[in-house]
Amino acid sequence: MSRIGVFVCHCGLNIAKTVRVSELAQFASTLPDVVVAKDYKFMCSTPGQEMIANDIKEHKLDRVIVTACSPLMHEQTFRKVLENAGLNKYLVTIVNIREQVSWVTHDIEEGTAKAKAVLNGAVYRARLLAPLTSRVIDVNPDVMVIGGGIAGIQAALELANTGKKVYLVEKNSTIGGHMAQFDKTFPTLDCSACILTPKMDAVLQHKNITMMTYSEISEVKGYVGNFDITVKQKARYVDHSKCNACLACTEKCPGKGVSEWDEGLVKRKAIYIPFPQAVPQKPVIDREACTYFIKGKCKLCQKVCEQKAIDFEQEDSFSTVKVGAVIVATGYDLMNTKPLVQYGYGKYPGVYSALEVERLFNSAGPTGGKVTMRDGKEPQAIAIMHCIGSRDKNNYEHCSRVCCMYSLKFAHLFKEKTSADVYQFYIDMRAAGKGYEEFYNRIIEEDVKFIRGKGARVAESVDEPGRLIVEAEDTITGKFIQLPVDMVVLSPAMIPRSDSKDIARLLNLSTDKYGFFMERHPKLAPLSTMSEGIFIAGVCQSPKDIPDTVAQANGAAAEALTIVVKDKMELEATTAMVNPASCCACQNCVRVCPYGAPFFNDQKGVSEINEALCKGCGLCASVCPTSAIIARHFTNDQVLAEIEGLMEF
Amino acid sequence: MDFEPKILGIACNWCTYTGADLAGTTRLQYPQNLRVVRVMCSSRINPSFIFRAFQLGADGVLVGGCHPGDCHYNTGNLYARRRLAVTRKILEFAGIEPGRFRVEWISASEGNKFAEVVTEFTEQVRNLGPQTKFKIEQLPTPEKI
Repeated sequence: MSRIGVFVCHCGLNIAKTVRVSELAQFASTLPDVVVAKDYKFMCSTPGQEMIANDIKEHKLDRVIVTACSPLMHEQTFRKVLENAGLNKYLVTIVNIREQVSWVTHDIEEGTAKAKAVLNGAVYRARLLAPLTSRVIDVNPDVMVIGGGIAGIQAALELANTGKKVYLVEKNSTIGGHMAQFDKTFPTLDCSACILTPKMDAVLQHKNITMMTYSEISEVKGYVGNFDITVKQKARYVDHSKCNACLACTEKCPGKGVSEWDEGLVKRKAIYIPFPQAVPQKPVIDREACTYFIKGKCKLCQKVCEQKAIDFEQEDSFSTVKVGAVIVATGYDLMNTKPLVQYGYGKYPGVYSALEVERLFNSAGPTGGKVTMRDGKEPQAIAIMHCIGSRDKNNYEHCSRVCCMYSLKFAHLFKEKTSADVYQFYIDMRAAGKGYEEFYNRIIEEDVKFIRGKGARVAESVDEPGRLIVEAEDTITGKFIQLPVDMVVLSPAMIPRSDSKDIARLLNLSTDKYGFFMERHPKLAPLSTMSEGIFIAGVCQSPKDIPDTVAQANGAAAEALTIVVKDKMELEATTAMVNPASCCACQNCVRVCPYGAPFFNDQKGVSEINEALCKGCGLCASVCPTSAIIARHFTNDQVLAEIEGLMEF
Repeated sequence: MDFEPKILGIACNWCTYTGADLAGTTRLQYPQNLRVVRVMCSSRINPSFIFRAFQLGADGVLVGGCHPGDCHYNTGNLYARRRLAVTRKILEFAGIEPGRFRVEWISASEGNKFAEVVTEFTEQVRNLGPQTKFKIEQLPTPEKI
């Protein structure tokens, strides 16, 4: 016999609108072992929690059922209530009558009937629940940050400044990310390098930060508080411990590779640093472009290197880093617009992608900051086309959020650097951000022409060879426009990095349909993920501007700190256990477990489970032919009882 | 009165259950015939859960997990996929119409897919009528399975 208390939440009208809550509480009081049943407006509020705590004492409850929102929302809240009232926290059951009942029907009859059925299931299950003891583990105090763009840099610095040791892993040979490619940042038009490079240097100088550039994560083991992450250091063919950054090698190198930093607009050497302010200031060799690796002879760099740092025999190396928490800040790519043949990117030299234009404006860029096109001429008329591939159901439905503003920035910079006419082809002007509407108004004043209509096509001009024609429908006048221009700038969709799927797989992160990492809760846990101890920041979560990215990075750093600031932490007690009397020694459990938690005890002749490794999925319990394995909190009896309760009504 | 089927749903915590929550958060509407049991992973599903539901008079059973390859526990749903394929065969052997049992991979971001699947499956089960083949009036006293 147990003593169950049922607490039905109205959630304002969120539940009460489509479930008759007092009738539900009345119904609950008729169910077996239920000694008290109440309804209240907001069960998660302080008075609601106090009501539960008081009733636990007054009615000597040993089981609590809260009939409210999803357990993913407030299970932890109510577990605390039980704990504070002196009851084992695993004896609370949350019945989800909001997300999965009241919000998905308009019919109060249907809603009430379903709520009764699921509550009945919970009562059946609650009677069989057992108190569980949480495991306490040691926490590794270090943190890994994956991605060395502005988000990763910011998060790493924040954490390092609290005294925590940080490993910053970056796949390129320098940190800085996309922000290092920009010339100016909207809406203030302050120089991107001037605000970023001091931070890059701070990372380099910080005694608590270990930079791991030209590196990728290749394997992740462990769990929150104790991750073992294998990092692959790609072969640089330059021994950075010997290199003194004189860069004599880069001068002599005859090899030619595509400059990623200049978006392929120019060539760079085969041994190179991506840009003059790169951190670290030490070169790597691009194997694909290196004359020695292609033809088997050259080694000019080796000859000029006084430090004898060039090492053509170097291979990829692997090291394992132990950390307590991880921040993922892997950033974005711009969509490849070549497949959108109507815009002629890659076909007409006058068509540019946004990041290429960033490089044209940059004084450290391929043109030294002068706006000249691929043919060396200065454009006389420029069309900037918004929403290429984004806000487009055929490609990416999402708004990329920053394109309106950087397109305005482009317009301003074009006006400043050329005498060209500048046209904006836009669907809507989205200027939601501090100072953004003001910036928009400022650009309107600068004699930039705005055409409200998405650019539909770019074609070669028949009348003026070499020029381009932009076609669009001006949705204000309703007229079809054919505008001759010299240069077209595409503002493509921001999408997750091409390897974000690999990161998601390694770290067990969920992604949305485009590959952006899913947050634990869109509003209340926007930086947490479903994987405990792993946090996300920046555009890898969804498109956003630099201020939002930095704010998220700070937030993620604080979230990571909440884990690594403690020496020990509690883990879920919902692990599996073996009843040795029933174990038939088949070792199915040992074979299937992805974490290696079950092991065979040769002496006893039965399987046992290492609880520190068990994550509580229950797979072993299902493959056990003799039901010797018990998945705590989800035992066969508990689940079957719940099913029985659910099917009764 | 029209026949209203009873449908048992078994959903994994990380993908399908979260997807079902998302369907609610975005206020998608679907029939109220489904009652969901949450398990941590689809691999936890013992076929006896499904048989018992049919014994208890369920007219349909819907199982949801993460997409193969996206399992929160790496490989759990791959084992589940095999086991559920065998379960389907046993159900067919026992005379349960195949349309009464469905396995779907629904991720945490696919609230709309969850609503669509539930709507479609409910309609399908409704058309099959009440399930009587497997239903037993008196359940034997619970015992270890």
